[in-house]
Amino acid sequence: MSRIRALAAALASVPITLFGLILITFLIGRVVPIDPVLAIVGDRAPQDVVARTRLELGLDRPLPEQFIRYVGQLAHGDFGRSVMTSNSVGTDIARFFPATLELATAALLIAVLLGVPLGVYAAVRQGRWVDTVIRVVCLSGHSIPIFVLALLALLVFYATLQWAPGPGRQSVVFDGMVDQRTGLLLLDCALAGEWEAFWDALKQIALPALVLGLSNMAYIARMTRAFMLESLQGEFVITAKAKGLSAAAVVWRHAFGNILVRLLTVIVLTYAGLLEGAVLTETIFSWPGLGQYLTGSLLNADMNAVLGATLVVGLTYVVLNLFSDLMYRVLDPRVR
Amino acid sequence: MPTRRALLATPLIWASAFGPVLAETPRDTVVMAKRIDDIISLDPQESFEYSGSEICGNVYDKLVNPSDEDPTRIDPMLAESWSASEDGRTWTFRLRGDRRFASGAPVTAEDAAFSLQRAVILNKSPGFIIAQFGFTRDNVADRIRATDDRTLVIEIAERQAPTFLLYCLSASVGGVVEKRVVLSHAVGGDLGNGWLRTNSAGSGPWVVRSARASEAVMLDANPAHPQPPRARRLVIRHVADPAVQLLLLQRGDADIARDLLPEGVRTARADPRFEVLSEPKASLVLLSMNTRHPALARPEVREALRWAIDYRGIEANLVADTYRAHQAFLPVGFPAAMTDTPYRYDPARARALLAGAGFPDGIDLTFDHASSSPRAEIAQALQAQMREAGIRLTLQAAEGRQVLTKVRARQYQLAISLWGSDYLDPHSNAQTFCVNDDNSDASTNRTSAWNCAWADADLTARALAAVKEADAARRVAEYQAMQRDLMARGPFAIMLQEIGIAALRRPLAGFRQGPLSDRTSYAPIAKG
Repeated sequence: MSRIRALAAALASVPITLFGLILITFLIGRVVPIDPVLAIVGDRAPQDVVARTRLELGLDRPLPEQFIRYVGQLAHGDFGRSVMTSNSVGTDIARFFPATLELATAALLIAVLLGVPLGVYAAVRQGRWVDTVIRVVCLSGHSIPIFVLALLALLVFYATLQWAPGPGRQSVVFDGMVDQRTGLLLLDCALAGEWEAFWDALKQIALPALVLGLSNMAYIARMTRAFMLESLQGEFVITAKAKGLSAAAVVWRHAFGNILVRLLTVIVLTYAGLLEGAVLTETIFSWPGLGQYLTGSLLNADMNAVLGATLVVGLTYVVLNLFSDLMYRVLDPRVR
Repeated sequence: MPTRRALLATPLIWASAFGPVLAETPRDTVVMAKRIDDIISLDPQESFEYSGSEICGNVYDKLVNPSDEDPTRIDPMLAESWSASEDGRTWTFRLRGDRRFASGAPVTAEDAAFSLQRAVILNKSPGFIIAQFGFTRDNVADRIRATDDRTLVIEIAERQAPTFLLYCLSASVGGVVEKRVVLSHAVGGDLGNGWLRTNSAGSGPWVVRSARASEAVMLDANPAHPQPPRARRLVIRHVADPAVQLLLLQRGDADIARDLLPEGVRTARADPRFEVLSEPKASLVLLSMNTRHPALARPEVREALRWAIDYRGIEANLVADTYRAHQAFLPVGFPAAMTDTPYRYDPARARALLAGAGFPDGIDLTFDHASSSPRAEIAQALQAQMREAGIRLTLQAAEGRQVLTKVRARQYQLAISLWGSDYLDPHSNAQTFCVNDDNSDASTNRTSAWNCAWADADLTARALAAVKEADAARRVAEYQAMQRDLMARGPFAIMLQEIGIAALRRPLAGFRQGPLSDRTSYAPIAKG
């Protein structure tokens, strides 16, 4: 019963969090010293067009009235129309978010699959040269700005070694070949049975995912190492060793099992950060993701798009946070 | 647990899995790397952004077209001939009978009338270019009409310089769309606007195959065009980073790179695989001075500011290849353009002018500028240069639209502004820089002069008269005189004209840039 109550409490916090997010984003959008009408009609528009647009947008109304109107639109699933793309913001998000989701998921897989074993290995070999190398690599990966890493990766793997294709989500020859069903290009190619296009999309995503993944791997590996060092000094580990368990069983089952909850938080937060859209990586790799969309919208004072994209990012955080809460209950016997 | 060997082998696995990736665009496809995130619409009666207008210029034909070699000459395009009535108000265009839309249907006078009416009825950003001849939603159907399949009649409200109407008809907004196709996609009285934003119904050399905002626009050659492009497809890919554009060009993944920075231009010039084209664009960088500030209301102070700018230094050191020093309000490439640069860096003279105006200790001013390159670098250079003349600037960097909002509200002292011409006629710039017939806050005609709170009755009257001057030579002379007068007493220090750069991978040919976006042509583009 208490588990159901806890779940209900967690779910109940979602609408409150979202409402707060809508309110804050809306207010920020209205107080920035940029005239939103300029973004729509351009700086050459005659004054009567400017005035008419201001009326149409309801910008002459009091702020609370504007907010109620906006929430009313959202309740009907209407984020408004983007000035930048002329599409409804919902349509834009349905196109840009899957690109980010695909890239973020690939990057997270790389980060976790490399970062966790590296962190564990470094902790087990604490103080040895392997540990030092891993720590230096992680420190570099975390401290080198992502745009430098991305440009370097392009220069080395694309321009010099010619192992990777150039920027973009798909090569020119495959562009438009596969209909968008889910927006996840790899999945869409597989569903359509277009395996050449699938292979091309896989090649295209590899380098940006690797850059993003390595950057985040550094963080995950450092955190894993720190958690493991603490865990390996626990009395339960000494007991496990005294019982004559194998080194692998001690490390993975006992020590690693004990850090899973904390590690999950780190991974979920990393994923949420990636899903915000890695603006610089997306820009350098010409990846049409949410980060580029949000940045472009901000620079063009396209407030409907900014509000819509921000809400999606917020919603992503809320959902992942909820997921993390639920997973605690699965992984941690003390919470069950 | 992962072994050391497995960890070390990771890059090798990566390499063997993907192998060398050969980069070369298909032979019949041209790939252009360009920033295209400014595209809002590909509807010619709506598009007013640089990239959108450029594409519309290649997808839609207009009635007439200024000559590329001599912009003062206007050539036929869809119209084979035209004439004006004696009072200069009724214009009759005779259309060619051999031009067809991409659908195969012939281009008729009814299509041309519909397109121009559509510009007025939709009343989107470029609509004023047509509407300024006295058209309204109520009268446009009567005043722009087809009298038969090949005859179009346009009745304007009052006599104007003949070239003024023709230049305006040659703008992107004058692109002729196929009425039947567009209306078949109309939704709720939008005259097909929603559909045309990402599709096309024109008779130009290219057809829009697909358009995805901030990602790519694909154009296919129009087989119905009398001279269809030799390339079958043109892909314009959004590549925001200039360094990445250069990489794509070097690897052969792009045939044209459009937004290289000066260092990238130098690299491309030094490489024999590439040809670098540069053409002046009708885009000016200028200093706007708000004359509501008591010091800036004094003509001597404004002149002092113009003498306190090192135009050549900025050109050489900050924006080499991509901008050139220019001081007149008509950019090179325009009819009546002037290349006179009477001002040079002379801080002593600027200081003397300030002293003469009652500011022997110099003046302090705030200076708003966009934080993006190259405006931020130019602002910093101006701060250093003007300090020598006793003009102490406090820089206020902000996002571009934030600066624009302040300028339009006249809540600034000095600001860096950009101005891009709307159409090829000199009136496009004369109107904004010279005309201010109502300097009140309630004015509905908010020109660049209004933004500076500067009203000069003489220049306003002359600009409004020049647009009606029928004698072409006298008209050119008048615009040149106005440019000299504005340079001498106006509230602007026009500093630079943008240079359009395109790096082409040899043997690509047939790409041509124009002063306005819609004058950039992909028509004869081909590899080899």
